[in-house]
Amino acid sequence: MEQHELSLAQLQDSFSETYPRYTKNEATVEADRCLYCFDAPCIKACPTSIDVPTFIRQIANDNLLGAATTILESNLMGHSCGRVCPVDELCVGACVLGKEHRPIAIGRLQRYATDHVFDNDLPVFEPAPATGKSVAVIGAGPAGLSAAGELAKRGVKATVFERQDLAGGLSTYGIVVFREPTRVALEEVEFVKRLGVEVHTGVEVGRDITPAQLLNDYDAVVLAAGTGRVPDLGIPGEDLGGVVEALPFIAATKMADKDDLTDLARIPVGNEVIVVGAGNTAIDAATIAKRLGAERVTMLYRRGRDEMTAYDFEVDFVRSEGVDIRLLTQPVEFIGEGGKLTAVRCVRMRLGEPDAGGRRRPEPVPGSEFVLPADQVIKAIGQEKLIQLYDAIGVEHTGGYVTTDPELRTSNPKVFGAGDCVRASGHALTVTAAEDGKIVARAIANQLGVAEPAPAPGTTRGRFLHTTVNEFGRIHG
Amino acid sequence: MADLTTDFAGIKSPNPFWLASAPPTNSAYQINKAFEYGWGGAVWKTIGDPVLNVCNRYGAFEYAGNRLVAINNVELISDRPIEVNLREIREVKKLWPDRAVIVSAMVSSNEAAWKQVVQQIEDTGADGIELNYGCPHGMSERGMGAAVGQVPEYCEMITNWVTAAASIPVIVKLTPNVTNIVPPAHAAINARANGISLINTINSIAGVDLDSFELRPNVGGKGSHGGYAGPAARPIALHLLSQVAADPKYQSAGIPISGMGGIETWRDAAEFLLLGATSLQVCTAVMHYGFRIIHELCDGLSNWLDEKGAASINEVVGASVSRIGNFGDFDLSFRSVAVIDEEKCIQCNLCYVACDEGAHQCIDFTADGLRVDPETYTGSATLQPKVREEDCVGCDLCSLVCPVDACIVMEERPPLRPSVTWNELTRTRPEVTTDWDAMIAYRKEVGIEIH
Repeated sequence: MEQHELSLAQLQDSFSETYPRYTKNEATVEADRCLYCFDAPCIKACPTSIDVPTFIRQIANDNLLGAATTILESNLMGHSCGRVCPVDELCVGACVLGKEHRPIAIGRLQRYATDHVFDNDLPVFEPAPATGKSVAVIGAGPAGLSAAGELAKRGVKATVFERQDLAGGLSTYGIVVFREPTRVALEEVEFVKRLGVEVHTGVEVGRDITPAQLLNDYDAVVLAAGTGRVPDLGIPGEDLGGVVEALPFIAATKMADKDDLTDLARIPVGNEVIVVGAGNTAIDAATIAKRLGAERVTMLYRRGRDEMTAYDFEVDFVRSEGVDIRLLTQPVEFIGEGGKLTAVRCVRMRLGEPDAGGRRRPEPVPGSEFVLPADQVIKAIGQEKLIQLYDAIGVEHTGGYVTTDPELRTSNPKVFGAGDCVRASGHALTVTAAEDGKIVARAIANQLGVAEPAPAPGTTRGRFLHTTVNEFGRIHG
Repeated sequence: MADLTTDFAGIKSPNPFWLASAPPTNSAYQINKAFEYGWGGAVWKTIGDPVLNVCNRYGAFEYAGNRLVAINNVELISDRPIEVNLREIREVKKLWPDRAVIVSAMVSSNEAAWKQVVQQIEDTGADGIELNYGCPHGMSERGMGAAVGQVPEYCEMITNWVTAAASIPVIVKLTPNVTNIVPPAHAAINARANGISLINTINSIAGVDLDSFELRPNVGGKGSHGGYAGPAARPIALHLLSQVAADPKYQSAGIPISGMGGIETWRDAAEFLLLGATSLQVCTAVMHYGFRIIHELCDGLSNWLDEKGAASINEVVGASVSRIGNFGDFDLSFRSVAVIDEEKCIQCNLCYVACDEGAHQCIDFTADGLRVDPETYTGSATLQPKVREEDCVGCDLCSLVCPVDACIVMEERPPLRPSVTWNELTRTRPEVTTDWDAMIAYRKEVGIEIH
C-alpha cells in the first residue's frame, strides 16, 4: 500500500462535482424546454412529490428563491437530493420529453435553485411559533434532519442526537464528493438548524444518554439511526494490514474535501485493490480507489448481475471508470506476508435454489478456487443493523429493520422510525429518507395534537372551491 | 431550381431578398459584403438631414431563452455626411449592376429639399428611391418619418413632389403606427408612387430594468419609444400587408409591394409572397446572424417553389390574397373537431388544462377508456386526455398547445346545417343578430347546442 503522487489539479479534476454548476443561461435554456405539464408525471415519480414543473418555471422566470422554496417545501433535503437522487429512475425517467426527445435535467436545475439560496444564505422558512411540544431524534442523517425540520416547521422543538462528530449522516460521510461535496451536506445541516432544530453531535444514545431518558424527557422519539459498521466476512486474514471497511474509506475523502483536498493524496490506497460487494457503497469505494491512483480495482460479488442492487447507470459508470466487476466470485481467505495483505483467495460461485427473499442462493463451485493478487481489500458488504439500540428503546424489529405501520409508528407508541433502519424493502435513498421524515413529522404532530402547517401559497394545486363538476367537463358555476 | 429573379416596378434583382434600410445598409463596405454573399438588393440606410445618434440604441425582446425575438431601436437615419453616402452609392451601383440598389431618403417637408435629394440620388445611378415615412423616433419629432406617414395628406403631397421630380421608380414606405394603413397606401397611389413597402418599425418600449427601473434601451437614464422589429413583429406585418393587398383600389393600381417585418427564414418570406409581396426586405435577422443567412433564404425558397411546382416566384406572389376575408363572410356551418392521436400523445396534459380552464371543457381524462376525475382518481393508470367530440367547439387551442407534432389535429366534419354567413343572417334574419331570444330560437331551429 502506498500514497500515490497526485497533484492538486488532478485531485480537483477527479473529486470536484461531476457536473459543473449551470450558468444562468444554461439553466434558463434548460428550464424553458420544460413543457410545464399538467398533473405532471415527474411529481408523481418523486418520493417527496416536489412540484417539479412549478420550480422549473420559477427558474425560467428568474425567481430562484421561489424555485428553492417550492423544492424545500416538499423536501428539506432538496439541496442534497438535486445531486444524489437517481433521477433517471425517478423524475427524469418519468419526464414526458424522454419519449421523443431528451428529458429535462431536473436534478441539475434543482441544484441550480438550491445553490442560489444556500450560497446567498437566503431565508426560506420562518421558524414556527413554539407549541411547547418536544421530540428527540436519534441520528442526524437525512431522515433525522428531515423529521426534525418538518417538526420545527410545526412549532415542535426537535433535538437531534448524533454519535458522529458532524451531523448530516451519509450526506456528510458516505456519498462520494464528486456527487455531493461535503460542504453541501453541512450547509443543509445549518439550514435545518435555522428552523430551530438543536443538534448534539458526538452523543451516542445508549452510551452518552439512555433511551429511557429520551422517552421520559420528550413527547416522542424518532429513531433514525441508520445502520452500523460493515460486518466481518468471517474469513481468515481479516485482521491483515490493508483490509479496510468501505465507509471509513469514503469518509476520509469526505473529510479531506471539507478541510484540505490535498489530504486525499494521504489516504492509503493500494495498487491492486479488491472491493468486496457490489452495492452503491462498493461502487463508490471502487471509484474512489481508482481515482486515487490504484492501478487495478476489482469488485467481487458472489451472485450474478441480476441479483445486484446497483442501478444500471451505476454499473455502467463504474465500468467506465475502469473497474472490473467479477460476478459469482467470493473471497474465502485474505493471504498476507508479515502482517500485510498480498492476495485474496477466491472461489467461483453458482446460483442454486431461491432463498427466503426470493433471490437465488449462491453456492461455491467445488475445486474452483483461485488467487488474485491484492494489496488492499475494501469491504462493502452492507452494514450491520443496530439491533441493540432497537432492543434498548424497546421496539419490535424483523430481519434487522424496525417494524412500523404506514405512518412509521413502531410498536412503542412514543417511538417512530425513519430512514435506513426501517427501510426493509426498496431502495434506501436520501430522498426516501427525506420522505420518511415528512411522514413521521405528520404522524407525530397528529398524535400530539399539533396543527399541520399551512401550505406555502402557490406550491400546492388549487382545489375546486367555487365550481362543482357534476359531469366530467361540464362545469356548473 | 425555381427562378428567383424579381422585377419590382422595373427594378430587377437576382432574388427577391433586399436588405432593408437599416444599420446593415449603412455603408459601401457592408453592402458590398452583402452582395458578395448573394443578396439580391439593398435599400441604403436613409439619407437626409444631419443627425446625432445616442448610446444604447437597441433593446431586445427576449422570450423563453431566445435572446432576440425582436429588437427595438432608437437609432436615427444615416449619421454619415450625405456626400459620403452618395459617393459610396455610386461606387456600389457601378460594382453591382445586376443588384437592386435603392436609396431611402427623408428630408425636411419642403418641396425644394425633396427635389434636391431626388436629383442627388438619381445622379448616383441608383435603381430607385424609397421614401421613409415610417421612422417612429427622433425624426418624427422633427416633422419627418412617421409624422408624414401618419397623415395621408402629407404623404400624398410629398410623394407628389418626388414623383414629379423623379425618373426612377419611387417606393413609399408605410408606417404601421396608424389605426388603418389603407389611407396612407391610397395617398401613395394617388401620388403615382411606383411601389409600396411595408412595414416600418412599430412603436415600442423593449422593457424595464427590474434593478435600476430604467427603460430599455436606456439612454443615460431615460428611455423612449423606439421601433420594434424582428420575428415577434411578423404577424402584425402580415396583417398590414393583407390589408393593402386586399384593398380594391390598391389592386386596380397595379403596383407592387415590398414586404418586410420579421422575415428571418424562407418560410417567413414565402408567407409574405403569398400575401402579395413581390420583393422582401430583411433587417433584424441580419443584425442577429449576419449576411450569411441569404444562402438558406434562397435555397429554402427555391426548394419550396420546386416542391409546389412553381417555376418562378411570380407564380406564388399573391396566391393567398383571394383567401383574405372578413369575419362576416365566414361560413358559420364549417365544422372541425380536435382529434388526439393516443399513440403519439406523451400525456403532458397541456391540452387538458388548456381546454378545461382556458377554453370550453371538452377534453376528459380517461383511465382504461373510462372518464375519470383527475382530482380524485387514485388508480395507477396513466391518464389519457380524450376529446368529447360532441361538445368540441373546434376552437383549436388544444392542438396549438400540444408539443408533439401532429398529435392533435383539427379534423373537418360534414356541416350539420346549411351554409350561412353572419352577413347573410344580418340581411335575412336581422332579429337573430340583435335579440337574444331570437338567437336562442334560431339555435333551436337549426340545431346549435352550446354546452
